[in-house]
Amino acid sequence: MLLIKCPYCEEERPELEFRNAGEAHLVRNSSIIEQSDEDFASYLYFRQNPKGLQFERWRHIHGCGRFFNAVRDSVSDKFLTVYKAGEPKPELDALLSANASQEVASVKKRAPRTKKAEL
Amino acid sequence: MAQSTHSGSNRIAGIGRLVPAKTVRFTFDGQNLTGLEGDTLASALLANGIHLVGRSFKYHRPRGILSAGSEEPNALVDIERDKSRKQPNVRATVQEIYDGLKAKSQNRWPSLTFDIGAINDVFSPMLPAGFYYKTFMWPKFAWKTIYEPKIRAAAGLGVVPGEPDTDRYSNRFAHCDVLVIGAGAAGLAAALSAASTGLQVILCDEQPEVGGALRYENDVQIDGISGYEWAVAAYAKLREMKNVRVLTRTTAFGYYAQNFVGLVERLSDHLSRPAAEMPRERLWQVRASKVVLATGAIERHMVFANNDRPGIMLASAARLFLNQYGVAVGRKVGVYTANDSAYAAAIDLKRAGIDVPVIVDTRNNPSSAIIDEARSLGIEVLTGHAVYSAGGKRRISSVSIKPNEGGIERKITVDALIMSAGWTPSVHLFSQSRGKVAWDADNERFLPGTYAQNCVSVGACNGTDNLQSALDEAIAAGGGQAGTIVATGGTNWIAGMIGSAPGAGADTTVKAFVDFQNDVTAKDVRLAVREGMHSIEHIKRFTTNGMATDQGKTSNLHGLAIAAEALDKPIPSVGLTTFRAPFTPVTFGAIVNHARHDLFDPTRRTPMHAWHEAQGAPFEDVGQWKRAWYYPQAGEDMHAAVNRECVAVRNQAGIFDASTLGKIEVVGPDSAKFLELLYTNPWEKLGVGRCRYGIMLREDGFIYDDGVVGRLAEDRFHVTTTTGGAPRVMHHMEDYLQTEFPHLNVWLTSTTEQWAVIAVQGPKAREIISPLVEGIDLSNEAMPHMSVREGKICGVPTRLFRMSFTGEAGYEINVPADYGKAVWEAVYEQGKPFGLTPYGTETMHVLRAEKGYIIVGQDTDGTVTPQDAGLTWAIGKNKTDYVGIRGLLRRDLVSDGRKQLVGLKTVDPKIVLEEGAQIVANPNQPVPMTMIGHVTSSYWSENCGRSIALALVIDGTKRLGERLYVPMPNGVIEVEVTGMVFFDEKGERLNG
Repeated sequence: MLLIKCPYCEEERPELEFRNAGEAHLVRNSSIIEQSDEDFASYLYFRQNPKGLQFERWRHIHGCGRFFNAVRDSVSDKFLTVYKAGEPKPELDALLSANASQEVASVKKRAPRTKKAEL
Repeated sequence: MAQSTHSGSNRIAGIGRLVPAKTVRFTFDGQNLTGLEGDTLASALLANGIHLVGRSFKYHRPRGILSAGSEEPNALVDIERDKSRKQPNVRATVQEIYDGLKAKSQNRWPSLTFDIGAINDVFSPMLPAGFYYKTFMWPKFAWKTIYEPKIRAAAGLGVVPGEPDTDRYSNRFAHCDVLVIGAGAAGLAAALSAASTGLQVILCDEQPEVGGALRYENDVQIDGISGYEWAVAAYAKLREMKNVRVLTRTTAFGYYAQNFVGLVERLSDHLSRPAAEMPRERLWQVRASKVVLATGAIERHMVFANNDRPGIMLASAARLFLNQYGVAVGRKVGVYTANDSAYAAAIDLKRAGIDVPVIVDTRNNPSSAIIDEARSLGIEVLTGHAVYSAGGKRRISSVSIKPNEGGIERKITVDALIMSAGWTPSVHLFSQSRGKVAWDADNERFLPGTYAQNCVSVGACNGTDNLQSALDEAIAAGGGQAGTIVATGGTNWIAGMIGSAPGAGADTTVKAFVDFQNDVTAKDVRLAVREGMHSIEHIKRFTTNGMATDQGKTSNLHGLAIAAEALDKPIPSVGLTTFRAPFTPVTFGAIVNHARHDLFDPTRRTPMHAWHEAQGAPFEDVGQWKRAWYYPQAGEDMHAAVNRECVAVRNQAGIFDASTLGKIEVVGPDSAKFLELLYTNPWEKLGVGRCRYGIMLREDGFIYDDGVVGRLAEDRFHVTTTTGGAPRVMHHMEDYLQTEFPHLNVWLTSTTEQWAVIAVQGPKAREIISPLVEGIDLSNEAMPHMSVREGKICGVPTRLFRMSFTGEAGYEINVPADYGKAVWEAVYEQGKPFGLTPYGTETMHVLRAEKGYIIVGQDTDGTVTPQDAGLTWAIGKNKTDYVGIRGLLRRDLVSDGRKQLVGLKTVDPKIVLEEGAQIVANPNQPVPMTMIGHVTSSYWSENCGRSIALALVIDGTKRLGERLYVPMPNGVIEVEVTGMVFFDEKGERLNG
């Protein structure tokens, strides 16, 4: 069972209190009705699912109820950071060097593929 | 050789730590036997001269006891306390005996000594590895009907108990600074060291007592006393310390992320008469800042012909049976080894008065003090030799010995053979922690390499071969003061050999077992390579090597080495399979724990539940809710009750408990804007006091939920959802509010359980409730269909909805939950003279189907759009955004050929279709037919005097009037496609 830090409650709580809510930083187009089929498909269906660091959403559903974002290594399940919804995507290099100074040499950086939605 | 008479003829007086006077009676396959308190079933059987304890999985070969620990692959038995407390596949080497213990051997018929299935051994050339993948291919149907059931019946281990488990299991969470796993020398030292610094420590060991290998290494001295005495003293000291918890009989079975470790503590499996309230096992879920792995090493067997004969066992096991339990594993014990550690066992046996005729050592010119010591005791040592085969069937009778390279064979009579191919460090938990193992080429073993979590391995599991080094390492891991424990002696855990021994090489066809439990031989592994399996993951699955309940604790490295040799590749490049939890099998009881029966899932009951119960209503489970299904009167079956209820609602009035409907209060200045985005319908212009039926889509355009929404004020909406959908609708709304539309000033509150909902439906509804209502004008003009008012009923506050899920004029009375039962009873009393009839969910379903009202999740399945469901009218035509608006524009969602919801009338009105039945256009086409849809809802409608159904049919709305067919096992049913409304098509009754 993972321990997850909620950036709103500012403490680590057991995984049982949370629900994963899929990939983070998918942006719903403000004029979605005009989106091309291809762009809409990549927003709706295509996900990174990287082996390594992934940006993902969690909800502290049995706690404060808030949605937030996290960077987690899908190999080791280690959380590199958590941050509030709406905050900018953290810089991976900075995160990794901050973490490397702590420990964990095993976490391999793997840059996420460019998202179709961002093309 | 002196013998104690009570507890077995192989018990040697004056040796071992058990007390001869403390006898324990038990049975094995019905035979009455006596052992001693502290015996395992294995040691007690051996004391009684019993080696044959089971039959093997595939070939039904006689099998004995290989080990003295949890790595045991062979000696699996069935332990039965009573009919419901019966456990198959218990390792005899782990089960402690108690007075009255009943053990049975497994996988044999009719008896252990004469087993029909042993014919498989004779026909074994026809049953090579993977035989079931290629032998039983034809005819196709026979796999399911003949081959698989036969193979399953013939193979296998124990038999599952036939009755539910009546034992109790408990569960605890724990946190500590240091969790030490394994209480051998290294684990005890690490725990003492960590405890001395004041840290919170948990120490666990799977054995009933601490000491690990110190229990048999009688040459060890620690701090001036014997190793075992030191371990006992260390245990006593740790037990005294407030910051330490020591758990024996406790297996760390799983190592998960962030130092979360699952332990299972066995509390009563060793007791003769455990107290009734005593749990059988306790699951510990431990979160540790640091984990110290002191899990030791496991001895490997030698791979040679007939190495599975009963009486052949690991040298360390024989040594433990002797030094701990005072049991000699034979009278004439041969030794076969590839490393030094077996010599210690030979010497101990010899000194105990057992004849040790020979030590066969595959090494060409080994030299060490212990070999000299063995020779000086008069034991013949043959180096550069190998055991080519073992004689005997149900018990080993001899060994055939040749020089490694072949030559003249010599046969030596023995009644037991102890062996050691070397030691495999137990890296299971380390690997589970997602650490990466590294290959130690010099000693041919995998050791902990890169760590993934805050954990450290010490002692034999870390490849630390010398006792003093292991203790130093353990003290350092615990953080205490170095150099505080001084030790001499101990086993040298250096590797030995892996793979097949001389005489069982690639050019031979002998049965040299690698994996005893799954009956995998060296030959099978080579066959897998010849058949094209090149990765160890494939070889493992093809041969099933290491896939039995022991997870290959003794076999994995041998299998890997034989595969590597056959592939002519170095071992690390063939790869090691991943170790997975659990380390040893864990009972379902421990995992399920308290979550059984009533505690499995919460049960939700409405405030009026007791009333329904008193009326004798059966309940239907809807999610976690209990809903009254129907209210049978004397002599009525379900159909009669439902027919009566249906007619009563349409002719007089019915009362229905709708409390389970999901309810969400949407509040804030931007509430209408928010609902515009979440529902397909327009909301901005909905007047205060009015209601609207809303449809919620997912972004992909498919229906997610529906419900009536009432506007209580400019900035306040009362939203209802389906019963089952409430939590996910709330989650969905919160998601959009928090992350996509955070600029909207809206608050969402779940109010499902705050409101009890009493639906009163039917032509008499208004008449019934009006005397109870205060402050609300109920007239048609003042309060038309689809409106909501706040006021009082029976003196308590209410949100009164005029709405209908029946097609009749009616009300849904919302009152605070605590008043629900009282108001229900008052309304019921008031309505009785008018014929007010309670109705349940079944009648509700029939009435709504008569009107063609859909149920999301029954008439829709997550691939149905509003257009498909005939709800195009509910989409706001001028809206430029709502969740699902873009999804609905997708080509496939607007093209022809989609399944659409329609009504079906059977040509024979008496036939009620089956829900889920498939629909075809032409019933005479060959099978498999082209299916064009399926029935989603189907009922007998007493009000219509016929059956009615809803169905999803391809291009359904274009087929109105068409005849279609529903093929069923008893014949084809002809149906006509109709509109979805079967009763009061114009909807005039709503306004009555």
